Amino acid sequence: MSTISRILQSDLFYRFSRDKVAMGSALVVMLFVVVAALSPVLAPQNPYDLTQLDILDSELPPRWQDGGDERFLLGTDHQGRDMLSTIMYGTGISLMIGVFAVLLQAFIGISIGLVSGYIGGRVDAFFMRLADIQLSISTLMLAIVALAVFQAAFGSELYQDLSIIMLIMVIGIAEWPQYARTVRASVLAERSKEYVDAARVIGLPKRHIMFRHVLPNTLSPVLVISTVQIAEAIITEASLSFLGLGMPVTQPSLGSLIRSGFEFIFSGTWWITILPSLVLIVLIFSLNLLGDWLRDALNPRLYKKT
Amino acid sequence: MTLLQIRNLEVDFPTRYGPIKVLRGIDLDIEAGERVGIVGESGAGKSMAAFAIMNLISEPGHISAGSVEFEGRDLAKISDEEMRLLRGDRISMIFQDPMMTLNPVLTIGDQMVETLQAHRNISYNEARDLALDKLREVRIPSPEARFDGYPHELSGGLRQRVVIAIALLSDPALIIADEPTTALDVTIQAEILALLLELCREHGAALILITHDLAVVSQVTERIVVMYAGNIIESGSTRKVTDTPSHPYTMGLIAALPEQNAPGTPLNQIRGAMPMMNAVPPGCAFSPRCDYADKKCSTEKPELREVTGRLVACHHASKLKRSRKAGK
Repeated sequence: MSTISRILQSDLFYRFSRDKVAMGSALVVMLFVVVAALSPVLAPQNPYDLTQLDILDSELPPRWQDGGDERFLLGTDHQGRDMLSTIMYGTGISLMIGVFAVLLQAFIGISIGLVSGYIGGRVDAFFMRLADIQLSISTLMLAIVALAVFQAAFGSELYQDLSIIMLIMVIGIAEWPQYARTVRASVLAERSKEYVDAARVIGLPKRHIMFRHVLPNTLSPVLVISTVQIAEAIITEASLSFLGLGMPVTQPSLGSLIRSGFEFIFSGTWWITILPSLVLIVLIFSLNLLGDWLRDALNPRLYKKT
Repeated sequence: MTLLQIRNLEVDFPTRYGPIKVLRGIDLDIEAGERVGIVGESGAGKSMAAFAIMNLISEPGHISAGSVEFEGRDLAKISDEEMRLLRGDRISMIFQDPMMTLNPVLTIGDQMVETLQAHRNISYNEARDLALDKLREVRIPSPEARFDGYPHELSGGLRQRVVIAIALLSDPALIIADEPTTALDVTIQAEILALLLELCREHGAALILITHDLAVVSQVTERIVVMYAGNIIESGSTRKVTDTPSHPYTMGLIAALPEQNAPGTPLNQIRGAMPMMNAVPPGCAFSPRCDYADKKCSTEKPELREVTGRLVACHHASKLKRSRKAGK
């Protein structure tokens, strides 16, 4: 049986295909991902290419409003960039930061959680106190300090080139305790199960038991928090960009787009802020719905009768 | 040659009130190919003895005295790595609940192959062939299909067969079975026991069968060891111990079997309960529950002595024997 047909026949997929909310939100997320990935092809304009911009086109309203230009479906921002194209590119940047930051969080968090939970004792105490310290510092605060220091130390030009990587690193490192705690808790539960004793009795090496036997059994909660964490990371990135510490205006994410229009919102140019905000809200909402569904589906005890 | 030689084995669990001894000096010899049953109530130290042999007592418990000599090496003293290489290779263990001992996320084949590869330098295909052989040996229908299946696809009895196949993978000299049939249906129990017995005989493996079910022990083993409160209190050939138990506790256990009681009458039971391991009475640990106990029993701990062809730890063993005979 091939992997794909196995997935299609799994209980999880069956429940997924019967749940309209899950299907809908997955569809929305998929749509965003595809559009963002194909934005260089789909977008009417390349917002990074300064030669395509004309300052005379700036702050045009969406096409359906008075004064709208038919070249710009959703209007333009104050630099004359087509909003539709900018949002498409921006969604891509936001998603990329979200996904890679979560991968980094997951990598750090799962490794630490697994080691703490399985080895226990002082190692566990050390890492968990470290997690407590990390959690007592708010992500935003840590990110603001780290990014501000970086900007000051290396200059804003280098910062513009490296901003994506910096944001991924900062958000990734700031949120590892979520994963570490989740994984540790399930490792503690799994460790006392008999199959772990059995694996030891068979004479398997410790590392082998940890990674091949215990780890796969702890992954369903990890899957659940991952969707929520991606949403969270995207929001954090948007907040940082809004504060001017995230993506630069030349290479905007959804957050920096919202910021760039915010100053003009009361002069009537609402579309520069509202449109990217709507995209952000719909994206986060769908991710959270998907996460909720996954949590219910992977935990049979919460199974709701429909 | 004696395969396993346990001498004065003690296991301690430190607490804030001082160490609690859960094994209080055990001597046990097992010959190659011999099948020995360890019986006793819950908490008597049966499983603890098994885990002590495997050197897998969970923290903070530890072996505080004595030796466990296996094939000439003291398992209480060898390094973790040497011990790991012995486990699953020369000694293997079968647990009570086959629902729990197989990893739910790995296929049966993967779990068998990794066991072999943890001990030998062999390729996947060689390991697969060996594993399939063992699955056939434990008479699992269509082993090729089962090899790629997951544990949840099998019934309890079949899973226990898989567990036995894993235990037999590298032809161990000693198999420790910790209540291997407790979680199974009675009909399946008999099958699994027969299989275990047959395979041990075939491979010349010694078997330690831990159970509280005397019927199970008498079916499979040649020798019985009765444990109570961390001590061995009676040990001898299965026949002798079950036919003519010499320790009052063993007598009580056998008298409590439903078959020993007339229908319609209440079952015999041993009054009281086993002492907590932090408050074992001085002298004979069984004395507060014993009908024959006297002053000596509550002050002086009886040692294992030979009484009519078996070892018994009771001050009154020889006297009891006589009175029982007279009573008959």
